[in-house]
Amino acid sequence: MQQGGDIGATRPVLDVRRLKTVFNLGSAEVHAVNDVSFHVRRGELLGVVGESGSGKSVTMMSLVGLLASPPAEVRGGEVLLDGIDILKLTPRALSDIRGARIGFVFQDPMTSLNPVLTVGDQLAEPLIRHKGMDRRRAAARAVELLEMVGIPDARARMSGYPHQFSGGMRQRVMIAIALACEPDLLIADEPTTALDVTIQAQIIDLMQDLRQKLGMAVIWITHDLGVVAEIADRVMVMYGGQVVEEAPVRDLFAAPRHPYTRALLRTVPALDGARLHRLNTIEGQPPILFEAPGACSFRHRCDHADAQCACVNPDCCKVAAARDATDDPKSGHFVACHHVPALPGAEARAVAVDA
Amino acid sequence: MLTYALRRLLLAIPTLLLISLIIFLMVDLAPGSPMSEIPRSIPPEARQKMIEALGADQPVLVRYLLWLRQFFLIEPAYLIDGWFGTSLGGGAQRILSWQSRAPVFDVIGQRLGQTMTVIGAGYVIAVLIAVPIGVYSAYRHYSWFDQVGTFIAMIGYSVPTFFTGVLLIVIFAVNLGWFPSYYDTSLTVTDFATFKRQVWQMALPVTVLALFHAAEISRYTRSSMLDNLGQDYVRTARAKGLLEPQVVLKHALRNSLIPVVTVLALGMPSIFGGSIIVEQVFKVNGIGAALIGAIVANDLPMVQTLTFIFAVLIVVFNLVADLLYGMLDPRIRYE
Repeated sequence: MQQGGDIGATRPVLDVRRLKTVFNLGSAEVHAVNDVSFHVRRGELLGVVGESGSGKSVTMMSLVGLLASPPAEVRGGEVLLDGIDILKLTPRALSDIRGARIGFVFQDPMTSLNPVLTVGDQLAEPLIRHKGMDRRRAAARAVELLEMVGIPDARARMSGYPHQFSGGMRQRVMIAIALACEPDLLIADEPTTALDVTIQAQIIDLMQDLRQKLGMAVIWITHDLGVVAEIADRVMVMYGGQVVEEAPVRDLFAAPRHPYTRALLRTVPALDGARLHRLNTIEGQPPILFEAPGACSFRHRCDHADAQCACVNPDCCKVAAARDATDDPKSGHFVACHHVPALPGAEARAVAVDA
Repeated sequence: MLTYALRRLLLAIPTLLLISLIIFLMVDLAPGSPMSEIPRSIPPEARQKMIEALGADQPVLVRYLLWLRQFFLIEPAYLIDGWFGTSLGGGAQRILSWQSRAPVFDVIGQRLGQTMTVIGAGYVIAVLIAVPIGVYSAYRHYSWFDQVGTFIAMIGYSVPTFFTGVLLIVIFAVNLGWFPSYYDTSLTVTDFATFKRQVWQMALPVTVLALFHAAEISRYTRSSMLDNLGQDYVRTARAKGLLEPQVVLKHALRNSLIPVVTVLALGMPSIFGGSIIVEQVFKVNGIGAALIGAIVANDLPMVQTLTFIFAVLIVVFNLVADLLYGMLDPRIRYE
């Protein structure tokens, strides 16, 4: 939201095209990521939402070879980082990119740090690996990084072990590690899910702050629609290993089009008003895809499903321009559903948006 | 940590006293007489005199208290005398073997070197081959390397050492004649030729022990490593762009070795126990052989002392394991 106006002008840092990832379990295959395409621009924050098992994390892990292979196998697609397809790189060359140009923050700060190494050591590692610093210079830089992420008494805490830090402080350390080499892209996989609410707010503020300071692109995976509404520039909704809807954040929340997105938004409990009814839920479970989807994977849980949904997998098409109209053909409101025009209310909203 | 260690050692004293009493009483209950090896032609009066000279006619409690005093006060005094040339012992009665009339600790001192050389070498080699095998098996688990390793480890662990020992003797000593079938204790290493002979005669017993222990240790290492390779912090290490050797050897191995080191430390005393069989098979004149000989000859002071030393080793290495655990894992602190 902060940078809504000028994002269209910059070219994508990361451009993912028709990425396919399969888990080969010997007797069966699970198609976890199916033709996923998305991009993120410099300075932009892309929120990725969807329930557990919708393929959010797997998509991001498979971009940079962080999935154990076997069983994971990237079957196709391109992942362009500044125009270079990193899927074609050797494992060694890919490891040069991880941590240097793409940083990661994971969900659980309790288990993401090595319990037997000091925080300072773990923070210095990427600096030594990627920046060619010696131990002493890396340690000095590590202190600066800890200060940057708001850890008090940073110098003394360098020799501390992760168990001596609270959950929020550990996540700050993780962020410091991810940002150590000033990456172009930060992938944050539910960075606040394991933290309590007040700490969540602090971490979100910190990330926003650092994003502005360092100007990197961020992909933020989360279940929390409230967080997405607050921080994202653009939102991508995933279901069944596919992108079902993608739009600038205000467009998505003002006029959600995919039945799944609508259902997701309905599940957010309202804070105001009387508590008259039970919480809304989406009945059923996300599918486990033992074969590449040939039909809409949401059809079993969708009110609008018909014969077409059961035999043709809808493409993700542009249904409206972005409200902050830009010339960029990549921006706009994309939905993968056969019923977009027919959905009640969508027409009126779409017209309003287009006008 | 020091106070913790001291407290643990103090707490070990009543435990060890109780163990020593139980050992003493149980060994004493066993039938037999120290004179059973003495020829029948010796008249009963002379036998009686010999028993009295050994102190074997005293009530068991008296002998126990005397033994305690000898073990904890007199023997350490003689040990210090031996090291520094002092005369703290002052000619006090030491624990004597009924069999050889020599001080028990002198016998142990003579035998310990043999045991340590053969058994120690077996254990060290076991660790040196088992840890890399365990790490690689876990890193490439379900690969052919892992499958073969699992199979060999299963054999090594389940086939008893007296069988593998005899098997190796039959193949390599009897049929092929590459190695001697027994261990020559009297060999002293003075030049390269004797060194080579020493290595040659150690080869078979060390192989038997190394195979057995390596099987066990490699399994522990593998399972511990597998646990750790799946941990989130390993993913973090990869996400930092660290190279695989660093990810595996620095991040995962360091954590994986914590339980392995504990198992190694706890296994130390059982090396001595387990060596009894291998020493018998290969005629190594070590501690194990001394214990078997003492049991056969009803040499109660020797049996009691050796058994008690094993008990002390178990208590000490339990403490060592705990302390090592505390040193390797920063989350554990002994206050």
